[in-house]
Amino acid sequence: MTNLSHEEILRYSRHLLIPEVGMDGQQKLKDSSVLIIGTGGLGSPVALYLAAAGIGRIGLVDFDVVDESNLQRQIIHSLDRVGELKIESARARMLGLNPGIQVDVYNEPFTSGNAMRIATGYDLIIDGTDNFPTRYLSNDVAVFLGIPNIYGSIFRFDGQASVFYAKEGPCYRCLFPEPPPPGLVPSCAEGGVLGILPGTIGTIQATEAIKVLLGIGSPLIGKLLLYNALDMSFDFVKLKKNPACTVCGTNPTVTELIDYEEFCGVPGHDTGGSIESDWDITPEELVEEIKLSSPRLIDVREPHELAISVMPGVENLPLGQIASRMSEFDSAQEMVLICKSGQRSMRALELFLGAGFRKVKNLQGGMNAWAKDVDPSLPIY
Amino acid sequence: MAILKIPTPLRPYTGGMSDINVDGENVGHALDSLLAQYPDIGKHLYNDDAQLRAFVNLFLGEDNIKDLQGLETPLSETDSLRIIPSIAGGAKG
Ligand SMILES: [Zn+2]
Repeated sequence: MTNLSHEEILRYSRHLLIPEVGMDGQQKLKDSSVLIIGTGGLGSPVALYLAAAGIGRIGLVDFDVVDESNLQRQIIHSLDRVGELKIESARARMLGLNPGIQVDVYNEPFTSGNAMRIATGYDLIIDGTDNFPTRYLSNDVAVFLGIPNIYGSIFRFDGQASVFYAKEGPCYRCLFPEPPPPGLVPSCAEGGVLGILPGTIGTIQATEAIKVLLGIGSPLIGKLLLYNALDMSFDFVKLKKNPACTVCGTNPTVTELIDYEEFCGVPGHDTGGSIESDWDITPEELVEEIKLSSPRLIDVREPHELAISVMPGVENLPLGQIASRMSEFDSAQEMVLICKSGQRSMRALELFLGAGFRKVKNLQGGMNAWAKDVDPSLPIY
Repeated sequence: MAILKIPTPLRPYTGGMSDINVDGENVGHALDSLLAQYPDIGKHLYNDDAQLRAFVNLFLGEDNIKDLQGLETPLSETDSLRIIPSIAGGAKG
């Protein structure tokens, strides 16, 4: 039985003409609900296309606000919404596109404390997050609720997508039983991302969501898509359910939500700044330090980033080369490590500390803090 | 020589190279060959106990080596091996 109005029949006519969708399929979409975690790069195209497709209820979880640096890829937001909550910006755009749907917003970080309450009742989850703790949390919530988790992830020119559905195939933990230690994998905030890439991957996630909801085609269950924009290559690998998986295996040890930040060793909800430590030096303190002892200034960013903003007198030692070039440094000399926001330099600091260096400091907040507090002639990026 | 594809996040440790020619009759030896050429990548693949890290996935063609014979999986000259990284990027990024 369908109850599509004349208005809806006109709006969705291009769906109704496809035999795999038709009146019954469109009704199914109208009766469906999808929870989108994150309204950023991936969440933007997912939310727009699912709203346009007529998914009856769409949930959005995010607590971030729209920033100008988001607009290069987060196409659901616009310049006049900078400073507003992303969920409100997204909801306004979705309802502008399709007032016939319901958009429920959750202005909170997705955590072990609220995840089951938020996700219960949705037919599937779309993982559009930017950090490991929330990815493991989305996965586990989907496993416990017995619903699919549609995964997408991006870095620079590379994207991955899959449908993790423990009832019918592997879950995220089957492939990645544990996260990389903090710092081993750079984030997009540090590594950058092609603005169109989340469009490509997010659109694939939205496609998979529609297929799963309609029960048509072959979804990416047990398959991982590996996309590279530079080569324009779409490769697929097979994923198998891991019988020893801690959450969906035969003898699971994770049977309820855990502390994901502890599990991943990183905060899931990045505040943007670096973690404070005894080895930190603030931009103002560095000004004094340069006058007093002229420390060796080591910029650990990639060479092309120095073209964006640079401090006079620095030496460039990209993070990836530190281990092999350690011998070029003298542990008796004062050194200050510098990057964009203080995170990569923190990792560089750990490498130097591990090698026995003690006269080494980390510029808190990196070049962006330096630009803000000391040299406003430099840009923030 | 087989080819080992390096994912973008690990390319800083291979001098930016994406396709590395590796020697060896099995996957473990191919990784030894990679490490001999690019020692900096070692700590990203192995933990302190010289075990392959749990989040490092190596695929031979379409198959995870965990579903084959692990590091003992035989390699032929024309095989293509790839490391699939754990990447978190998505929303704010
Ligand atoms: Zn699993």
